[in-house]
Amino acid sequence: MDIGGTLVKLVYFEPKDITAEEEQEEVESLKSIRRYLTSHTAYGKTGIRDVHLELSDLILWGRKGNLHFIRFPTHELPAFLLMGRDKHFSSLHTTLCATGGGAFKYEDDFRTMANLQLLKLDELDCLIKGVMYIYSVVSSGPPECYYFEHPTDPERCEQKAYNLEDPYPLLLVNIGSGVSILAVYSKDNYKRVTGTSLGGGTFLGLCCLLTGCSTFEEALAMATEGESTCVDKLVRDIYGGDYERFGLPGWAVASSFGNMICKEKRDSVSKEDLARATLVTITNNIGSITRMCALNENIERVVFVGNFLRVNTLSMKLLSYALDYWSKGQLKALFLRHEGYFGAVGALLELPNPS
Amino acid sequence: MALSSGADRGSHSMDKSITLPPDEIFRNLENAKRFAIDIGGSLTKLAYYSTVQHKVAKVRSFDHSAKVSVQETEGDPLYEISVQEEITARLHFIKFENAYIETCLDFIKDHLVNTETKVIKATGGGAHKFKDLIEKKLKLKVDKEDEMTCLIKGCNFVLKNIPHEAFVYAKHADSEFRFQNTHPDIFPYLLINIGSGVSIVKVEAEDKFERIGGSSIGGGTFWGLGALLTKTKRFDELLQLASKGQHTNVDMLVKDIYGGAYGSLGLTGDLIASSFGKSATTDKEFSKEDMAKSLLHMISNDIGQLACLYAKLHNLTRVYFGGFFIRGHPVTMHTITYSINFFTKGEVQALFLRHEGYLGAIGAFLKGAEEDNPNQYSWGENYAGSSGLMSVSPELNPVQRARSGTFPFDMLEMDRLERQLVNLPLLQDPTSYIPDTVDLTEDVLAREYWLYCFEEALDGVVKRAIASQKDQPKAVERAEKFRQKYRHKLQTLRHQPFAYGSLTVRSLLDTREHCLNEFNFPDPYSKIKQKENDMALKYYLKVVKSVEELSWEQRQFTLVKGLLAGNVFDWGAKAVSDVLESDPEFGFEQAKLQLQERPWLVDAYNQWIERLKGPPHKCALFFVDNSGIDIILGVFPFIRELLIRGTEVVLASNSGPALNDVTNSELQILTERIAAMDPVIHTALKEDRLALVQNGSSSPCLDLSRLDKVLATVVRERGTDLVIIEGMGRAIHTNYYAMLSCESLKLAVIKNSWLAERLGGKIFSVVFKYEVPSNIREIKS
Repeated sequence: MDIGGTLVKLVYFEPKDITAEEEQEEVESLKSIRRYLTSHTAYGKTGIRDVHLELSDLILWGRKGNLHFIRFPTHELPAFLLMGRDKHFSSLHTTLCATGGGAFKYEDDFRTMANLQLLKLDELDCLIKGVMYIYSVVSSGPPECYYFEHPTDPERCEQKAYNLEDPYPLLLVNIGSGVSILAVYSKDNYKRVTGTSLGGGTFLGLCCLLTGCSTFEEALAMATEGESTCVDKLVRDIYGGDYERFGLPGWAVASSFGNMICKEKRDSVSKEDLARATLVTITNNIGSITRMCALNENIERVVFVGNFLRVNTLSMKLLSYALDYWSKGQLKALFLRHEGYFGAVGALLELPNPS
Repeated sequence: MALSSGADRGSHSMDKSITLPPDEIFRNLENAKRFAIDIGGSLTKLAYYSTVQHKVAKVRSFDHSAKVSVQETEGDPLYEISVQEEITARLHFIKFENAYIETCLDFIKDHLVNTETKVIKATGGGAHKFKDLIEKKLKLKVDKEDEMTCLIKGCNFVLKNIPHEAFVYAKHADSEFRFQNTHPDIFPYLLINIGSGVSIVKVEAEDKFERIGGSSIGGGTFWGLGALLTKTKRFDELLQLASKGQHTNVDMLVKDIYGGAYGSLGLTGDLIASSFGKSATTDKEFSKEDMAKSLLHMISNDIGQLACLYAKLHNLTRVYFGGFFIRGHPVTMHTITYSINFFTKGEVQALFLRHEGYLGAIGAFLKGAEEDNPNQYSWGENYAGSSGLMSVSPELNPVQRARSGTFPFDMLEMDRLERQLVNLPLLQDPTSYIPDTVDLTEDVLAREYWLYCFEEALDGVVKRAIASQKDQPKAVERAEKFRQKYRHKLQTLRHQPFAYGSLTVRSLLDTREHCLNEFNFPDPYSKIKQKENDMALKYYLKVVKSVEELSWEQRQFTLVKGLLAGNVFDWGAKAVSDVLESDPEFGFEQAKLQLQERPWLVDAYNQWIERLKGPPHKCALFFVDNSGIDIILGVFPFIRELLIRGTEVVLASNSGPALNDVTNSELQILTERIAAMDPVIHTALKEDRLALVQNGSSSPCLDLSRLDKVLATVVRERGTDLVIIEGMGRAIHTNYYAMLSCESLKLAVIKNSWLAERLGGKIFSVVFKYEVPSNIREIKS
C-alpha cells in the first residue's frame, strides 16, 4: 500500500491458481479477506475498487492471478486498521509492504492497532518500479501509456497509444496532494529535480474553501461546467489583444484570479467558474514548472502520473496543450492508465518472495 | 488650487481640502519640461526634467584694473570670491496615490509657467484610464510607451547611477537591508516583475532584453484569491492579515504526511507538501489570517521557484525583483527571499531595489528625453530632495491622511553631474571595492555616535552658513530652513538608517552638503578658506627654505610631519574648529607639537623611507584635502620633493566645495601663485610634470568608483604608480581598506577622540599607511 497525504492506495494480488491442497491449508481469515476484497467494489462509504484497472492473469512470483486496485481516503486509515484487526490480518504470516509518508507516520498505529509490522519503502523508488512494471505487463486491452494528438486543436485532439519501450531519459511528474518531479535516466538512476506544493491537494483545498464542495469528484464536476476566463485576467483584458512585443497571445492568462480583485466581478462569478479557474491555475502552473525542468534537464518526454489526473481529462488536455504550445512542439506529455497506483505496485514488488 | 470646472470632479471631493505645499512637492515646476507619467493600479508616478537656479561661489584671480571698486582693508587677498547664479539640471520623480491624481494635475497646470512641452510620455496599466483627464488638464498629448521597455530602461538607469540601489533583505539580521555595491558592469541580469501576473525578463545590454517567461500566479492572484477567501478588499490589508497568520493550519506539511522529515530527500518536516492541503481533508473553519498567510507562501514560493529555474537555465546570478507585490513590503520581500534561498540553496540572492516603484516613470521619461542624451551623463541622487526608502508609511489610513491636510507622497530627485564619473583605473578589484570604512547601518554604536555628533555640530554649521552670507537676503531664514531640513534627515536616519542606502559618515556629510546647497549656501567656508590661503602663502618660501637646509633623512621626515601637521587644520572636525575659533594663533609649528610621537598608530614610515631610497616613482596621484596650511605648507613642499626626485605629480581636488576642502578652481590660483615664487613648481608646471585635475566630487570623502573621467584618463596616460590619499574624510572614513593595484600612501591625523579610541589610539593619533600590492612586491624581490 501507498499511504499518501490524501489517499491510501492499495494493490492486492489475488492468486487464481490455488490448488485444492492449498485451499485446505489456508487459514479462514485469508479466505475471508480475499472474499471481502474481491466480491465488493466499494468498502464502507469511501473505499473504492477501480475495477476497470484490474489486471488479470498476471504471473507474479510464479503464481498466476489478478491484480486489484483499491483506494480510500487517508483519514479513514484508523477504520481500515480496525477492520484489519477484526479480520485478523496479523495472522496471515505475510509482510505488509508500505510506502508513502503514511508508512512512516502510521507505523506505530499499524503495530498497536492491528498488530501489523510494516516493511517501509521509499515512495519514489516504488513509483519508478511500479511504472516500469505495469507498463511491461500490460499487453492487451486499453494501452497503458497514451498521449493526446493535436492538443492545440480541440476538434482533432484525441487520445492515442504511445510506445514507451525505450523510456529513458524520462521526466516523471507525480501529482498527488503535492507534486514531485523526477528525472529518470535508467532503471535505477534517477533524481528528484524539484517539487511544488501546488498540487491536487491545493486544487481540492481551494475548491472546498471557494465553493463549499467536499470531494474531488464534486470539485471536478463543477470545474467541467465552469468558465475560467471571467475569473482570470487574460492578456487581452490588459492589452486588448495579443501582447505582440513579447509574443503573448491574447487568450493567455496574465493573472490567475486577477479579475477577482474587483468587487463587481467577485459578486457575479459562479462556483463552477471558481472551480474551473482553480483547476486551470494549478494545472498550468504544474505545466510551466515541468517545462522548465525539462529544459534544464534536457529531457523531452514527460510522463504525468498521480491521482490528481484521475478522471481529469480536463487537466490532461491542458497539460498536453501547455507543454506542446510553450515548447513549440518540443515536449510531449504522456499519461498512464494506472495513474495513482504505481507507488503501491512498486511496494508490492518488494514483497519478499512468498514461496 | 484651480477652481473646479469639469463635471467629473465629484468623485474626489474629499481631496479638495488638500493644499499642496509647493516647496515640498512638484518643486521647480516653473522650468519643467519633458513630462512622463506611470499610472499603476494604485500609485501614480510623475517624472519631469527641470533646471534649478542656485548660487555658486566662484573664485577668480584679482584683476588689478578692477581693484578700484573693491576696497580691501587687509592687504591683498590673492583672489576674489563672487557668488553667481548657476543653472543645473535636475530630474524630479514624485509618487502619490491615484486618488490624488486630479488634484496633482491641477496643481501642475497652475504652476507650470513657461514650458515648450507638448507631450507627456505615459506608461503603466492605468495610463489608458486617465488619458483624457491628463490631456484635458495639462493640454499635453499623451504618448504611450511600452511598459516593459520603460521598466528595463528605468532599471538600467538606477543601477548605473545610484550607489546602493540594490539590496538583499534579511528579516532577522541586525540590519534588514544589506545594500550591494554598484557593479561596474550591471549586465546581464534577470528582472522578475511581479505585478498582477509575473514577467521574467533577461536584460543583456542597455537596449537588449527579452521576456523569457512568466507566470499567471502573481500579485493579482494573491489579491483576487485573497479577496474571495477572506472577504478583505485591499491588497495592503491582505498583507497585514497574512503577517498575522499561521500557514501550518491550512497547509499540509511534510510532517503531516510523514510524521517528520522525509530524510532521504532532505525535505524537512516543516516544508509545505501541499498548499491548502488541510482545507481539503477537514470541514472545519479556517481563519482569514491563516488562509492569507498560506496564500502568500504559496504564491511567493511558486514565483521564487520559477525565478530559480529561469536563472539556472540562463545561467544568471543577479536576480532583481519588482512590481507592486514587492514594492517595499517587508512581508513579501521576506517570503520571496526565503523561497529563493530554499530553491537555490543560497547560490542566488534575491535582490530588491530602493527606487523600484519609480522604474516605469524613469524609463518613460528617458524615452521622451532621448534627444537630451540623459545616458551620456552621470547623475547623482540628491539626498536633500529625496524621501528615502519606506518614507510613506502604509499604516496611515486615508482618513488620517486627509485630516493632516496633505497626502503622503514620495520623491526622488537626481542631479545631473557636470562630469561623467568612472572607476579609478588603479582599483585592484572594482567589483569588491567599498569606499566606506564603517557601515553605520550595521554598526549600531558607531551610528549612534555619529548621528549625535552631526546633530551637535549643527548649530555651528548654521552659524557659519549665516556668517558666510552676512549681506545676502534672508540668510538667517534660509539657514534656519537648512537646520530644520537637516535635523529632519538625521531624525529619519535614526529610525530608518537604510533610507538612502548604507548609512556612512560620508553619506551624512554629503547629505549636509546637499541640504546646504538646497538653501543656497553653496560654500560657507569660502571666506575662511580665502583667509587661510592668504596667510599660509606668506609662509611658503620660509617653510621650503628651512626644509632645503636639512639632510636627506631629516628632510623626508620633516616633509611628512609637515603634511600631517597641515592636516590638523580641518574645519570639518569639531575638536579643531573649537581650537581654531578660540585661538586663531594656533599655528603650523604648534600643530606639529600636537602630533603623536612615533611610533604612530599606524606607522609604515620606515618602509616608505626605504622605498624613497630606491628609484623615483613615475607619477604620483595626490588626493588633496584642506585649503590653507594643509595644501600650501603641507602638500606643496612634499610634492616639490617628489618633483625634484623626478616623479610627475597629479593633484586631484574637489570639483565643488565641501567644508574647507580646497576646490579645483582655488587650487589653480594657489598653484599659479606658488609657481610665481618657486622656480621648481614653475618649471614643473611649464613642463607639464605637475598637473591639476578635478575629482568630479563635492564631498569631503572620496568614492574611488565615481571619479571624473578626465582624471581616470590622466592617471592611465601618465602611468601612475603611486596614489596618495590625505585626510580623515578620504583616507579614514573612506578608503582605509581600499586595495589599489599600485603603491599607495594613506595618511591622516585622527582629530576625533571617539574615532581615535575606536582605532586604538588617542586624539591627534597619526595614521601613516604605506601599502604595496603583493604582485609588485614579488617583482621587486
